[in-house]
Amino acid sequence: MSLTLTAMTDSTVTGGQQQRSGSGQMSRPSRGPYISVITNRTTNLVIRGTMLFSVGVFLALVLNLLQVQRNVTLFPPDVISSIFSSAWWVPPCCGTASAMIGLLYPCIDSRLGEPHKFKREWSSVMRCVAVFVGINHASAKVDFANNVQLSLTLAALSIGLWWTFDRSRSGFGLGIGIALLATLATQLLVYNGVFQYTSPDFLYIRSWLPCIFFAGVITMGNIGRQLALYEYKVVQEKTHQD
Amino acid sequence: DGRQLTPPPRMTLRERLREKISAAFYHHGLLCASYPVPIILFTSASILTCCYPLLRLPLPGTGPVEFTTGVRDYTVPSHEPQGDLGERPDWYRGPPVAYIQQVLVKAAVSPWDSSLVPVDVFRSPLGRVFSLLEEIRNHVHSDSTGVRSLEALCLQVTDLLPGLRRMQSVLPEHGCLLVSPGNYWQNQRELFDSDPDPLKTIQKHEPKGLHTSATLRDLLFGVPGKHTGVSHYNRKRVVTYTITVVLVSYDTRFLGSLRSRLKQLHPSANCSLRDDHMVHVHFKEEIGIAELIPLVTTYIILFAYIYFSTRKIDMVKSKWGLALAAVVTVLSSLLMSVGLCTLFGLTPTLNGGEIFPYLVVVIGLENVLVLTKSVVSTPVDLEVKLRIAQGLSNESWSIMKNMATELCIILIGYFTLVPAIQEFCLFAVVGLVSDFFLQMFFFTTVLSIDIRRMELADLNRRLPAEAGLPPPKPGPLRPREAPPPPRPSPHTITLQTPAFRNLRLPKRLRVVYFLARTRLAQRIIMVGTVIWIGILVYTDPAGLRTYLAAQVSEQSPLGDSGGGGLPPHLGVAPVFHAGDPTSTLSVLPAPEPTPLPENQSQGHHGSAGAGPRPQVPPAVPQITWGAEDEEGWRRLSFRHWPSLFSYYNITLAKRYISILPVIPVTLHLSPQEAIETRHPQDTRHPPPPIPKVSADLQTDLTLYKVAALGLAAGVLLVLLLFCLYRVLCPRNYGQNGVAHGRRRRGDLPCDDYGYSPPVSEISPLLLRGHSMDIECLASDGMLLASCCLAGQIRVWDAQTGDCLTVIPNHGLRRSSSSGCWEQRDGWDSVGGATEPECLGSDCREHSFSGDGLSEDEGDLLRRRSVPARPTLFTDQPDLTPLIDTNFTCQPPSHLATPPRGGFDFGGLVERAYLEHESPSPSTYPSPSSAASSSPPSAAHLQRRRSLGDAPTLPAQDRASTAGTQATADWDSSVWAMELRGNLIAAGRSSGKLELWDAVEGSLRCSNEDGVSGITALAFLNNRIVAARLNGSLDFFTVEINKPLGLLQYRGAPGRGSMPPSPCYSSEDVISCQLTRSVQCAHQKPITVLRAAAGRVVTGSQDHTVRVYRLEDSCCLFTLQGHSGGITAIYIDQTMVLASGGQDGAICLWDVLTGSRVSHVYGHRGDVTSLVCTTSCVISSGLDDLICIWDRSTGIKLYSIQQEVGCGASLGVISESLLVTGGQGCVSFWDLNFGDLLQTVYLGQSSDGQGVRQLLVLDNAAIVCDFGSELSLVYVPSVLEKLD
Repeated sequence: MSLTLTAMTDSTVTGGQQQRSGSGQMSRPSRGPYISVITNRTTNLVIRGTMLFSVGVFLALVLNLLQVQRNVTLFPPDVISSIFSSAWWVPPCCGTASAMIGLLYPCIDSRLGEPHKFKREWSSVMRCVAVFVGINHASAKVDFANNVQLSLTLAALSIGLWWTFDRSRSGFGLGIGIALLATLATQLLVYNGVFQYTSPDFLYIRSWLPCIFFAGVITMGNIGRQLALYEYKVVQEKTHQD
Repeated sequence: DGRQLTPPPRMTLRERLREKISAAFYHHGLLCASYPVPIILFTSASILTCCYPLLRLPLPGTGPVEFTTGVRDYTVPSHEPQGDLGERPDWYRGPPVAYIQQVLVKAAVSPWDSSLVPVDVFRSPLGRVFSLLEEIRNHVHSDSTGVRSLEALCLQVTDLLPGLRRMQSVLPEHGCLLVSPGNYWQNQRELFDSDPDPLKTIQKHEPKGLHTSATLRDLLFGVPGKHTGVSHYNRKRVVTYTITVVLVSYDTRFLGSLRSRLKQLHPSANCSLRDDHMVHVHFKEEIGIAELIPLVTTYIILFAYIYFSTRKIDMVKSKWGLALAAVVTVLSSLLMSVGLCTLFGLTPTLNGGEIFPYLVVVIGLENVLVLTKSVVSTPVDLEVKLRIAQGLSNESWSIMKNMATELCIILIGYFTLVPAIQEFCLFAVVGLVSDFFLQMFFFTTVLSIDIRRMELADLNRRLPAEAGLPPPKPGPLRPREAPPPPRPSPHTITLQTPAFRNLRLPKRLRVVYFLARTRLAQRIIMVGTVIWIGILVYTDPAGLRTYLAAQVSEQSPLGDSGGGGLPPHLGVAPVFHAGDPTSTLSVLPAPEPTPLPENQSQGHHGSAGAGPRPQVPPAVPQITWGAEDEEGWRRLSFRHWPSLFSYYNITLAKRYISILPVIPVTLHLSPQEAIETRHPQDTRHPPPPIPKVSADLQTDLTLYKVAALGLAAGVLLVLLLFCLYRVLCPRNYGQNGVAHGRRRRGDLPCDDYGYSPPVSEISPLLLRGHSMDIECLASDGMLLASCCLAGQIRVWDAQTGDCLTVIPNHGLRRSSSSGCWEQRDGWDSVGGATEPECLGSDCREHSFSGDGLSEDEGDLLRRRSVPARPTLFTDQPDLTPLIDTNFTCQPPSHLATPPRGGFDFGGLVERAYLEHESPSPSTYPSPSSAASSSPPSAAHLQRRRSLGDAPTLPAQDRASTAGTQATADWDSSVWAMELRGNLIAAGRSSGKLELWDAVEGSLRCSNEDGVSGITALAFLNNRIVAARLNGSLDFFTVEINKPLGLLQYRGAPGRGSMPPSPCYSSEDVISCQLTRSVQCAHQKPITVLRAAAGRVVTGSQDHTVRVYRLEDSCCLFTLQGHSGGITAIYIDQTMVLASGGQDGAICLWDVLTGSRVSHVYGHRGDVTSLVCTTSCVISSGLDDLICIWDRSTGIKLYSIQQEVGCGASLGVISESLLVTGGQGCVSFWDLNFGDLLQTVYLGQSSDGQGVRQLLVLDNAAIVCDFGSELSLVYVPSVLEKLD
């Protein structure tokens, strides 16, 4: 990032000599000019983050609405009067989380050196998002005989989502990890009385929550990877150079 | 390769299955493509048949549906559907959720006394609710079957929902659901009596914000807030409220006795309400805005999915037609599945609209796309039938595999044994199967039709090209092909606005900019705000909705009951005119018609009907009962009952409640009573200021408040989003019309959005020396030759940029009359960067006379150029010293005004010399070997010569040896130039072909066999092909007679596209012989000539391209297909041939077969240059647009808007790097994404001039000429990138 920053500051300077000196400041001489040119990464990162954030906020609003409608979650009445009958802090949290996840996935892919190649197209991503919304829908609306059945079904659906749209080990691992963390955070929140579930069956929350989190992580990762696809070539070349 | 007709002997089961499947698909494809129309008819018929049962499904709607039955013979409907349902709707089965019994109380203090305060209007009437409640609660009916009380019959409710803590004090919990205004005071009279301000208490429970559903006040009063009369400004002074009893079971006797009891206690004299029918109200699944949002979201995702999927359909005649067919396939398969399910008795209990997107996503469009792609990728020359069949059979295995997998998954889902999921799975299975059916029949057939249409269109365009046959269908087809419409493929994004010219943006940014440009967001926000305000106004309790609802309820019943409608005698509540009330009352089963009690108040006129009585003095409140009271609940929000029940977590969705006829209760209170029940504070209330205004004012104020609030919120929202945009896109993206100033020199190319590509260490080398605009550029990787309009050829080292040779004499002859150019040479060697200003006028003058053909200018030049002559024509020694001295003593003051007519004998001499010139190159003597004695550094020496010096000896004797018989032609200009090894081949306008030694600058041989000007040259190996103005094509062979040992190779090994040319050493005797001349290669002048891979390709103005074999000059193909002159041709080692014409069309040809691979219209106007990479074709046109096409599919990937006049300059450095020229700069683009990587500025003085030519050298250097200067941009990092 600092490299691009120096490049950006140098962009005001003209003339061959000054350009040379500017590039001389760059720490890695092995890096050709084109590589640094394509990776205007700060802007890129910011744009991607913003998009992911808004997607996260939007999905959080919509999906939370589903849950609130079915009285799965309850927020204290004083917060209920806000716009979408949910607490104000939920969408930003989800947005931030999704931005982080969406940026994390391609980053980890590049770190591992195995760029994600499976079904890299927007229609597949859209399908993935639709299935994710469907899983949420099922969790909120479908009446199951018991909670175990519901949770197992959703878990199977989530795994199916991963298998259909991701199929990378890193994605699976990250999904599991983040899902566990998020579940823990939710437990803490509920424990502290920020909100509550109407019929908790897994300590304080619903047992399907980790599945939802997992599916969400996979979905956001999918979106993030697709967004980062434009930078993939560059990243690849850079790793080659290194 | 799915289909193999001869199966190998040993095959596994899987392979055999695969074989069978693909064979079946093959036959099926043949069938579909053979009989498209019958098959489409068949599929449409089957779709319609399968959808037929859908007609019986009710249309979706959110409003409640009602059904009226008589009270007398009412029985709880059974669960099982009965045979003769008649008019009975489907939902009328089983017991209702609850029976609603409302006791409608109208109370008034009468006669009204002037001593009464406004509070008295409602305080004592409200106070009576408690006694009524007592009465109802304690009512017990006992008969032979037992004792019934309200406790046993009413709906027992438990807790309120935990979210409704606020309402806990008001709504009943753990007991009968009995709602009345008394609930405000916990049903305790004492609390009411001690309440100083009942209105405040009522208001306290009203929601603060804006509420869209029923408010608590509506719930408790049971009538709309406006009609209660509980306010200070009640002019009618009648208070209306209801006591709502919710019963869980229906007991005729109990209710009858309750009714008669209440009527007895509080008789309503003139009440003529009908009470013989009850209304069953069925509530649909409620879809509020909140529920709509997820639904809309899923639909948006669905459409995005469909969009992104259908975008992938390529290479078909009508992209949108096929996309439509794909969507139709999916949709109708869904409809079919629903229809089939209904047909077989599986009524969909799921909300169809909700699961629909998921079904689409599950079924997916993938198969359709795969089919299309597979069919399209079959060989084009096959018959359509076979193409379809092959495409189908190729994909058969994967389609079947996918289908099997999906079925498996759905089967697993079916075994979850959750009813909802099972139902979904059932639907999905039927949907999948019907989708498969439709794909196989409907879509395949549509595809075959489409492909056939494409073939036809293609054929029509191609036919005239086939061996010059006349077009078979000359009639209607000609006009279609005659105007070459620049067919824009719909998905390409062409940046046309000037704001986007410099930069190709990433797609997502482009979307944002598109939104911004069209101000879509603002408009949406505006519309949204308006809609929101509308909704607020509509749903506001005091607002429009209640008014509308009242209007509606007065006019018509709330809805049409299910299928049958109402029986005529029960349907619309008739307006009850004056008549005998007893006739209706007698219908009542239980209660006897109660006689009117004697002690009714004097305000009553019992015998009259329901009509208002104008004679009544206004001071006396008149309690009237009208038809509107009969079903007062209709005036309530239709969410009234669902919300009441939802507080106790009881949903009414898809269930119904039965509303029993109301029990009217009339209360008349005396003023004394009102005064007695007064609270001490009541009198302190100020009297109503102006009662006339205030009543209306109140509602008005609410309206205004709502409007103002909505407006403010909307403005805030707009502002917020505006700020967001500003943050996201800091520049003024919205205004592309604004001229954004001229780019200052040295500024980086920063687009309008703040994105500026960072600089790097690329710095151009400026090659100066030419006096006029450079016309020809040639290079072999190591050397670079350039020729300007003045005819001067300079040879440069492509690595360092040093000028090695000036093919000088000619240049000097023309230029040095002023001495200024030699002086400039000196400056160049010193390294001065400034172009001398003294050249300004001179240069202009020269450039106007550009081609050197105009006579007077030539004379002028000749007159001026005397001093330089000796360097060339040293075989006329008498003139040399004279001119030489003349030159040296030329004073600089005469620079601007050279003496006219002073030295015009030079021209005469030259002409004389030309006459003596030996025309035969075959008798080529060998004195050129003498030139080898000159040191190789002669050129350098000569270049570094400072002004005033005479030409050096080496130059002189070199010229003397070379020029004796092979002489240069200075009258004509160089029209074409090529460089191989160190030989420069120059074709002149006089038709002369000259070979120069690039290093030494000597003329090695020349050939004057042709007289027509050489328009294009190709130099490959040892052959030179020259195309002439008259359309003939000459093949020359360069023969080198030299000792073998001296053979060495030079040239670039870099790209391997050109075989390294042998270096001709100066000892060799080089001869250039015409081996073959094709006289009428083209009817019109040859415009383009390219040679590669043993082929020579010519393009001419006669609209044809010809391919010749280089070895034997044999014409292999004549390629026709353009409807304009050929302007650009590209051919490379891999036999890729592309041609572009004046019609803006680009054709790709197969050089081996001579067939046209693809044909696209890309440009308005001429195609000026063409380059191919392995994956794409890059073309530029006179419209200054650079288009990048996919080479295999011929689809335009994107286009780059160039600056005016720089359109033709482009080059490809590597597979992914494109260079284009601009105004004084070159830009590097990433070919894969169309992103601007970098812009390099060529020099300080280059601002105004565009790059006209651009040449990519093998060592990743770029040479471009702008005006008279050359710029060498060395791009070292590209080589790293190529590794």
